[in-house]
Amino acid sequence: MHPTSSLPAEAGKALSTPARRSRRGHRLYTLDNPRKSATLTVMTGLFTLYCLLPLVWLVINATKSQADFVSSFGLAPGREFALWDNIVEVFRYQDGIFSRWLLNTVVYVVLGATVSTFLAALGGYALANLDFRGKRVFLFVVLGSISVPGIALAIPQFLLFAQLGMTNTPWAVLIPSFINPFGLYLMWVFTAEAVPTGLLEAAKIDGAGEFRTFFQIALPLLAPASVTVLLFSFVSIWNNYFLPLIMLKDPDWYPLTIGINQWNKLGSTAGNGALIQNLVITSALLTIVPLIIAFLSLQRYWQSGLSLGAVKG
Amino acid sequence: MGLARRFDVTASATASPDASRHSAPTRKRRRSQIGLAFIAPFGVLFTLVFIVPILYAAYLSLFQERLLGGNTFVGLANYGKLVQDPQFWDGVGRVFRFTLVQVPIMLILAMALALALDSMRLHGTRFMRVTIFLPYAVPAIVSTLMWGFLLGVKYGLFGSLNDALGTDFDPFAPDTTLISIGVMVTWAFTGFNMLIFYAVLKAVPRELYEAAAIDGANEFQIVRAVKLPALRGSLVVTVIFSIIGTFQMFNEPQILPTMVANSGVTTYYTPNLYAYNLAFTGSQQGYAAALALVMAAITIAVAYAVQIRGLRNASDK
Repeated sequence: MHPTSSLPAEAGKALSTPARRSRRGHRLYTLDNPRKSATLTVMTGLFTLYCLLPLVWLVINATKSQADFVSSFGLAPGREFALWDNIVEVFRYQDGIFSRWLLNTVVYVVLGATVSTFLAALGGYALANLDFRGKRVFLFVVLGSISVPGIALAIPQFLLFAQLGMTNTPWAVLIPSFINPFGLYLMWVFTAEAVPTGLLEAAKIDGAGEFRTFFQIALPLLAPASVTVLLFSFVSIWNNYFLPLIMLKDPDWYPLTIGINQWNKLGSTAGNGALIQNLVITSALLTIVPLIIAFLSLQRYWQSGLSLGAVKG
Repeated sequence: MGLARRFDVTASATASPDASRHSAPTRKRRRSQIGLAFIAPFGVLFTLVFIVPILYAAYLSLFQERLLGGNTFVGLANYGKLVQDPQFWDGVGRVFRFTLVQVPIMLILAMALALALDSMRLHGTRFMRVTIFLPYAVPAIVSTLMWGFLLGVKYGLFGSLNDALGTDFDPFAPDTTLISIGVMVTWAFTGFNMLIFYAVLKAVPRELYEAAAIDGANEFQIVRAVKLPALRGSLVVTVIFSIIGTFQMFNEPQILPTMVANSGVTTYYTPNLYAYNLAFTGSQQGYAAALALVMAAITIAVAYAVQIRGLRNASDK
């Protein structure tokens, strides 16, 4: 399991396994046991239903007007199909602050995920292929930090950022998201696995500097790994709730998660609050749609990236 | 994903010299400088985001906000107070109990699902695999909203169910709220763990199954003798990550009270919720800092114990 000793052939094999596996596995079971199992399908199907039910509920109820939401059965459609009205109203409510939250979220996610993945790739490459003073201590501290609960860290981060006068600015959300120790760990493992040392040596003999070698040789080979780390940072930043909750006071800097909760609180202040559950539900749907699209369309990459990581483990 | 063995990987990576290094001292020094240049951006930000806040919190935890005299140095008094704080231990006990019940259920489900999906005996394997994973992409605020409405008696399905059956079961009564949170957390994270197990199973050489089948092993014997042992390493990793996750539970109990009245969620329901309320509504920042540090220490200790145990069990076999 020496990280720098793996051969390119191994890495290639690991990457292409899913497709190859399923063909061969299929042969095994047609030979051994040609039947699909109905019992097993129903049992797994029940769990799939549990996973799907809340999402179905969300989609159905995003199509209802507030009046229908209160009066009709949860899984039945309302009397009128109000999805478009709801979406328009979500973007109009409180002077269109929802689009501001959406924009904030996109900025936090794009900057945070790109920078953190790039830093993790640089660092992982250095750990796998380069030497530097204090490498051992660095590894011990960074890997140890993976088990520090993020939320236990957020309060100290808040206290420090408050001292520096950086709370209630986008930097308070962005800077912590730039660092992803687990991403660094994955990139280190991936680099050791997928980037052959010989290729890097050859590039250097040809006169390429370390940085050029990294950008032109290593980075393209790390594409599946980068997509995996990028996508998982994307999700964790998009879904981040605690950090922006404590760091931001000004609604103009809110990401979607905090904004939706704000609306939800408005609606639930029983009696004197505005009843806007239809807007809360529709905005929740609008919040998860981009993530689901990202996951579904990038499946091929992150599944191969994930299995490469798992093979190492 | 070798969290379990990352320390020996680490040791071998740093202790053994690079195979290709046969260079003069000057080149070695240059390489070392380049290595530093690669690691510096991460290192500097890591220090700012991880190291400095922890040190600063440790410093703050030695102070108390007093009515007279303002911020006063009190030594370890905050820690002494924390050890005797029944509200803190109530929260710690709750996340421990939650972890003991929810984590095994979730991981057994995840493993069973991974085995079922890997068996190739299901209709619609691909669809089910992706669907089971999807909840992972849903933010806690949205999942708490959906489940809050679904399980709530006011607008939710349980309200309709109670109306139809004439019962008055309330999933968010003080006694049942924690179970409902368990339903939400299991919903959100089973798929992620399932996918890790699934990826490990996919990496098992099929030749092993073929050999076992030729030797006359049936499917259950293959599961027991080949597949479950293959999952052992990733099980340690998923247990550790799940413990870290549930120990810092915050989002669900923080959001729920805005959805349902009288859910029994107190300001100290979980340690993190307590720390948050101390720091932001009680303005006892020194005390909150002490709590955050103690909780991090407890979490690391438990994760470390699991790791040691997992490794010992693995080497026994």
